[in-house]
Order: sequence, then structure tokens, then C-alpha cells
Amino acid sequence: MSGPLIHSTQQTDDAGAPAGLAGRHLLSAGDLSRADAVLILDTAEELARLADQPIKKLPTLRGRVVVNLFYEDSTRTRASFEIAAKKLSADVINVTAKSSSVSKGESLKDTALTLEAMGTDAVVVRHPASGAAHRLAHAGWISSSVINAGDRAHEHPTQALLDAFTMRRRLGNLDGRRVTIVGDILHSRVARSNILLLHTLGAEVTVVAPPTLLPAGISSWSCAVSYDLDAVLPKSDVIYTTRPKQEWQAAAYFPTLREYSRYYCLDIRRAELLPPHAIVMDCGPMNRGVQIAAEVADGPRSVIVAQVSNGVSIRMAVLYLLLGGSQPAFSATEEAAR
Amino acid sequence: MPAISSCAPSEHASVPARVVLEARDIARALARIAHEILERTQGAPDLTLLGIPTRGVALAHRLAERIAEFEGVTVPAGSLDVTMYRDDLRIRPARALAATDIPAAGVDGKLVVLVDDVLFSGRTARAALDAVTDLGRPRAVQLAVLVDRGHRELPIRADYVGKNIPTSPRDTVRVLLAEHDGQDAVML
Repeated sequence: MSGPLIHSTQQTDDAGAPAGLAGRHLLSAGDLSRADAVLILDTAEELARLADQPIKKLPTLRGRVVVNLFYEDSTRTRASFEIAAKKLSADVINVTAKSSSVSKGESLKDTALTLEAMGTDAVVVRHPASGAAHRLAHAGWISSSVINAGDRAHEHPTQALLDAFTMRRRLGNLDGRRVTIVGDILHSRVARSNILLLHTLGAEVTVVAPPTLLPAGISSWSCAVSYDLDAVLPKSDVIYTTRPKQEWQAAAYFPTLREYSRYYCLDIRRAELLPPHAIVMDCGPMNRGVQIAAEVADGPRSVIVAQVSNGVSIRMAVLYLLLGGSQPAFSATEEAAR
Repeated sequence: MPAISSCAPSEHASVPARVVLEARDIARALARIAHEILERTQGAPDLTLLGIPTRGVALAHRLAERIAEFEGVTVPAGSLDVTMYRDDLRIRPARALAATDIPAAGVDGKLVVLVDDVLFSGRTARAALDAVTDLGRPRAVQLAVLVDRGHRELPIRADYVGKNIPTSPRDTVRVLLAEHDGQDAVML
């Protein structure tokens, strides 16, 4: 007999865990290869099935410490990460910082050093500055895994993963599926992460927005651009609405909310233009009557509530794959983070 | 998923494997285990078979078929992934999960027979016991394996054994099943 035989009881080889992985953070949806993304979605699928069983907690992350470091207000993302970590038996600490009281760079560094000194395994960070998660991961302050839970208008990778998961559960394979994202693309980290991930998974993304709410250089993104929602809807498998982020808008990007909603709100008439199988999604918080009509948000096509419950499964999968083993099971390389 | 189930992830290409059980040996062993289960459970009124992925699941379904054939009773069979309960998670990279599919009647009050292809260190069986405990409270839990290759590291033994195969700890036992590999065989 030749060849190094490893003494082990493992039933299968390390499926989905290619050797020599370096990435231990999740900072950008664009860092994920197709194989990584599918591994996360498949893992979430198994975890979602477990949620139907009487099992309340899995012992997998017992003794690991996950810190939710939120510099911005959040309901669903923070609660979702907390529930996901607790379902895996991790200990969860919530740290909320008020960005108004301290200068951002100093505060993030000091907080990071404090957390490191206490011995954390993962930091889930939301921050009002684009790139904060990347800085936290690479400034040399901490050795924990860093998961980006939203950095200003840059990225929100777990939201994109749960959205892709929701689409896959409803529509099957995403290859060739047409996803239309309408609304404030300029300020939307969700739109950016979704465009990156959906492109990786083979879907065709079209963004629809007033020209003022499209980022400069959108033509170089892997998505199509339209200004006419009515024309795009009949060809859409998914319509994804995002909220105009009024709290971030010093200048007016559109004349009035009323005019905005006349052109870009998914109302009942527009929803009827969709093909019969199409689904309606929104990342929340919803401004009913602005980006989506209440009747559509609560209608039979809407999967908005499913998005929230799927979020827990996705975050469990990400925490398990990053922290569950001796090294992460997916290899997000961070050079693409921008 | 890899195509091979073994007790050691191996550099299998260069190892000349010896067939220790052929298809008809496996069929006979499963038939005998099915009879033993029926005998020891007096006709299996509250039996539930739970296979441990990957190949234990196919074996559990085959046992259910044999029991239906011999006794005319339908026995629920499912799968139980134990990955999240393993004790070696921290020393190996995180790995993909397999499907867990518990029969609708659950495990409470049932006689659960865990089914796996190879019994080696006993650590998978230990993880499975934890996983079953989280699902409910079976009346009793038993273990059926196609191959017992020895070298236990925990006080665990199988209730039903297809074949005891003496091995060196460094050997690789490969179980091939038609459902996954296109043929039935056990190789050493």
C-alpha cells in the first residue's frame, strides 16, 4: 500500500472544502466564486430543512464568540445574525456604537482592539463608511473573521446570498434568470452585492432607476440599465424593489417622492405586467406607497417575508462555514473588494 | 460530492484494492440483518431506520425494502446528517452538509436503528446519538453496519453487523453501492 492514508472516521472527503484556503472573511459578494456561493446556498438549504425539525440548537459553534458590531441602526440584519449564531450555540455580544460621538477611524480601531483583547472569533460589522469592514479585516487590529453586514453604499453580501437563496428556492437554477432591480441603485449596497452575486450565479440583472440614482460607471457593471420599468417587467422573473435612501440624501436626487413613485413604484398595474411565475422581492425596510404598493408587498407574488426567514439560514451557513472548522470552507479572496 | 465512501479519505488511485464483499455477499448480509431486526423487534412495529449519509442512507432504504418483502410491513426510513455534531470539526476544515430527512412520524417513542456503511472509531455513531437526542426521545437506539472494521476509540458497538473485517488502522475500506457508484462491492 502506498500513499498517505489518513486515520479518520470521516465518511466522505472534504466535499466543498478545497485545500489551502486563505480567506476567512466575507466582505464582498464579488469575492465569492460560483462554487463558494453554491456551497453556501446548499448549506443554507440543509439548515433550513433542519429548522422544520424540533431541533432548536446545533452544538457546532459552542464556545465561539460572535460580536455584532453595529454602528448603524438595523432591525432584521442584527437580529438575524444573532439568531443564526445562537442557533449554532455561539455566544453573541451586541455592540452598538453611535458614530456621531467619536471620529470614525479612531473609534473603529479602539473598538476592534478591545474586542480582540476579549477574544472574539467573528465580528459582524455594519458601519456608515464604505470599506469599514475591509479596513477592520486587514488593518491588523484583529485576528477574528470579519463579516460585512453593510458598509454604507458599498456592500451587504449576506443580503445578496439570502436573496439568491430565496430566488433559487422559488425559481430553481438561476442561470439565465432575469432579475430587475428598481430604485436607488446609487446608494444601495444591496443592489451592488446582488448584481455581483447574481452575475456569478449566471442570472441576468437589469437595473431601473432615474439617472440621478445610478452610480457613475454603471455601464462597466455586469448589468443592463433601463429607465422604463413598464418595458422591463414583462421579461422579468424577479422584480426587486429598493428604498430611496432619503436619510442619506443631502441633495435632492428626484423632485418629489410622488413623482418618483409615479415612475418607479411597483404598483398593482405594474405588477400585472409581470409573467405569471415572477416573484416580488424587497430588502426592507419598505416604504409602502413609495417603492412598492402595499397590495403588491402583501400579494401572492411577494416573497418578502420568506427573505427574512431565509436570512437566518444563510447567516447560519456563513457562520458555520467560516467558523465551524479549523479553517473556512470557502475561499473569499478580498482583492476584489472596492 | 466525492464518489467514494471510505473510512479514510485516501490517495486511492495507487492502492490496489482487494474485493472483500461482492454484490451477492452484500445482499445476503442485508437480508440477514433485516431478519435479525425483525426477530429482535418482534416484527418491527415501532421501527424507524435512519441512515447516516452518504451510503448509510442507501443501506437504510434497502433494509426497509427487505423488511417489507419479508414481513409485509412498511418501515419508515430516512437520513440523519451528523456533520454538525462531529467531534473533529475544530481539527478539520468546515465541510458541506448532507441531507437530513426524518420520517414524518418523528423519533419519539420509536425504536431507531441507525444505519451506516462502516463502523471504525465509533465517533460517527457517537455524533449520531447526539443528533438523535436533539430530535426527540426514541424508545431505544440501535446500530446496524455493513462492515465492522474494528479499532474503536469509544465504548460503542453495533447491534447488527453485516461482516466483521479485520483491518490495520491504516487500511482503507471502501464501500461501493449501486445507488452511488453503479455497483455493489466492499474493497480493502
